[in-house]
Amino acid sequence: MGSTTSKVLRSVAVVAAFGMLAAACGSSSPSGSSTGSSSTTSGGSGGGGTPTASAPGITANSITIGSHQPLTGPAAPGYSEIAPAANALFQYVNSKGGVHGRQIKYTYEDDAYNPSQTTTVVRKLVLQDNVFAIFNGLGTPTHSAVEAFLNSEKVPDLFVASGCICWDQPSKYPYTSGWQTDYIREGKILGQYIKQSLSGKKVGYVYQNDDFGQDGIKGLDYEIPASDVVTKQPYDVNNINVGPQVAALQAKGAQVVALYTIPAFTALVLLQAAKIGYHPTWVVSSVGSDPPTLSGLLTKFSSGKAGGSLLTGMVTGTYLPALNDTSNPWIALFKKIHDQYIPTLPWDGNVLYGESVGYTFVRLMDQAGVNPTRDSVIKTLHSADLGGPGIVPFAFSSGSNAGFTGEQIAVNKDGSTLVPQGSVYTTDDSSSAPSVSNYTQPQPPSNLNS
Amino acid sequence: MTRMPGPLRFAAVRHGLVVIVLAAAVAGYTQIAGSFADFQLAQIAIYVMAIAGLTVLTGLNGQVSLGHGALMAIGGYSAALVMQHDPNGHLPLAVVLVIATAATAVAGGIIGVAAARLRGPYLAGATLALAVGIPQLAVARQFAHTLGGEQGLTVRSPQAPSFLGSSFSLEHWLSWICAAGALVVLFLLSNLVTSRYGRTFRAVRDDEIAAALAGIHVARTQVLAFVVSAASAGLGGALLGVVTSLVAPAGFTLVLSIALLTGIVLGGLGSIVGAVWGSILVVYVPQWSTDLAHSLSFSTVMGSYFAVAFYGLVLIVVMLVFPSGLQGGIVRLWGMAASRVRRG
Repeated sequence: MGSTTSKVLRSVAVVAAFGMLAAACGSSSPSGSSTGSSSTTSGGSGGGGTPTASAPGITANSITIGSHQPLTGPAAPGYSEIAPAANALFQYVNSKGGVHGRQIKYTYEDDAYNPSQTTTVVRKLVLQDNVFAIFNGLGTPTHSAVEAFLNSEKVPDLFVASGCICWDQPSKYPYTSGWQTDYIREGKILGQYIKQSLSGKKVGYVYQNDDFGQDGIKGLDYEIPASDVVTKQPYDVNNINVGPQVAALQAKGAQVVALYTIPAFTALVLLQAAKIGYHPTWVVSSVGSDPPTLSGLLTKFSSGKAGGSLLTGMVTGTYLPALNDTSNPWIALFKKIHDQYIPTLPWDGNVLYGESVGYTFVRLMDQAGVNPTRDSVIKTLHSADLGGPGIVPFAFSSGSNAGFTGEQIAVNKDGSTLVPQGSVYTTDDSSSAPSVSNYTQPQPPSNLNS
Repeated sequence: MTRMPGPLRFAAVRHGLVVIVLAAAVAGYTQIAGSFADFQLAQIAIYVMAIAGLTVLTGLNGQVSLGHGALMAIGGYSAALVMQHDPNGHLPLAVVLVIATAATAVAGGIIGVAAARLRGPYLAGATLALAVGIPQLAVARQFAHTLGGEQGLTVRSPQAPSFLGSSFSLEHWLSWICAAGALVVLFLLSNLVTSRYGRTFRAVRDDEIAAALAGIHVARTQVLAFVVSAASAGLGGALLGVVTSLVAPAGFTLVLSIALLTGIVLGGLGSIVGAVWGSILVVYVPQWSTDLAHSLSFSTVMGSYFAVAFYGLVLIVVMLVFPSGLQGGIVRLWGMAASRVRRG
């Protein structure tokens, strides 16, 4: 071998060694997989017929579902608790006999909030692990990458963990459905609050530069007069320097700032603003406003110099009961499950979210009858009463795959708790104004509370 | 070397026969393998294209490129953009792929002109900048509207032709398309390598001054190697978009460029067959590591670290046992076995 060749080989080897290091630091392909407890007592609330292997992923005594979740990467802070919380709910239901005697097995894989990894893990779940459905796949950019694939495979794509209106296209993507209040509906309700309670103030926006942020500001713009909006600042998830955006807000004199941000970026914006002595009223989407998650991030990012006190006065919206409202039977039930199955996780909005969406799935499977198929579950989604912990009804019908229809304004009182205030509003994705809801939340089923 | 009989004298014929055998093997394997195995085969085929291209550039022509992930991005985005301008799908997939490959070849030519002036670490640095910079163009405010920003662009999946039957899955069809692409690339590159051009590539790698004295235009040869290499990577990138129905910046990170480099070293620097071994390792070893971590029932966080550590361990062991890559090791083992048979 000539000396030049060995020189090439040597430099390639050095570079490859560097590459392994980069791969070790940067990439990760772990996966969290867990199954419920082993109780096999038959039970559930449905009746009639014997459970059989009625669909892929369903056997006489189990239902296997899968998900993609950001267990690592930029969206992991906070959101990585959602799947373990849903799984805790499933384990609790399994311990009560499961759904129609079937144990729920939940396999969630890490995609690091990277759409390319989402495509691989979801194909593995569907094509190799034969899951019955993809449940609560998290993220707008990530889930967009697999929506077409799941629908072409006719796999139920239930309760996507994102408020993008793109999950509500029943004619194009009949198997995909939302769950949380979509960003346009939420934006309208937050916008209405800004218009009514903070009227005449200069408003600025910070939003994630994808469908998540763009839907949100669309909803805000329906309600807030355009003349009040002084600046709209986008950010990209892979660039954590939000200095320019915050400086622009301050320079334009925005007195109210609406944020369509994931928790890590809410914290970054708040810290940057505090650093330059800028204190507007923050109005934040429900996906980026959970107090325990934010105060943790604030403390971590500032190495202990800041904390939850920066959150006081922050306005947000909510479609679930308040975390600390222990008189609410759903909160009492979910807190009990949290304490029993996932005591190491904080009791925060992500855990409440995970348990709530898990309950909606249990309710759906219960309503779908003893031997559901992939198609019958979608039919059930459109027709059944899926009432649960939500304070507003779902929009599910044959013409809509959207989730919760509204929100209530909540204000962060002391840095750590959200206090709901005013009426509960429901609305749609059009430009018409939100209306006051008269929905009553149902009680948890008695067989879950025993 | 003993003289081959009849038409086997011609390298192109020999390469053609190997390609036919490989095609039959792929068709047979996908018949018995499941849908996810089809998907993995498609991934391997995509890596084969990019890694074989990089082998020609780095292994045969001596130019190190840390930026082949960026070239794949150019191929992928070109395909996605062509498809967006053809919303009704009038253009056959083959035409889209040829356009994407040509676009990447042009980009490779431009980069190659700059690269021909750079040597060693400077070339590595320049191509590293490409790997980091090009995918970020999609996020830049000026282009985000056209290139889809962080969320990327969706790529239409082709339909399997109806004569293959309704049970012929999309994954199955995609794995055939990718395998066909990889075999075409392997065939063309093998012929190139054994031709006059292959010899000039190696001459320039081994000693530029001697090559120039022998009448070889060094810079032109280097640019040509870059164009060929970029075209292969571009086809791979376009097919990556088709298989995952998505092109997004996060799919073409520096980690991808490094994985390609890992592939050429593991497979055997400078060997086209080695590119196939390298691709198989790059796709399967991380998968096996993750599966192993699963089966040892580590916690999620532990499992993720274990998988990465195990991957690193496998790479180290392969390099220690086969310092000239898997292909080099196989050739050596084959030679040892053959000489023993002859002696015995």
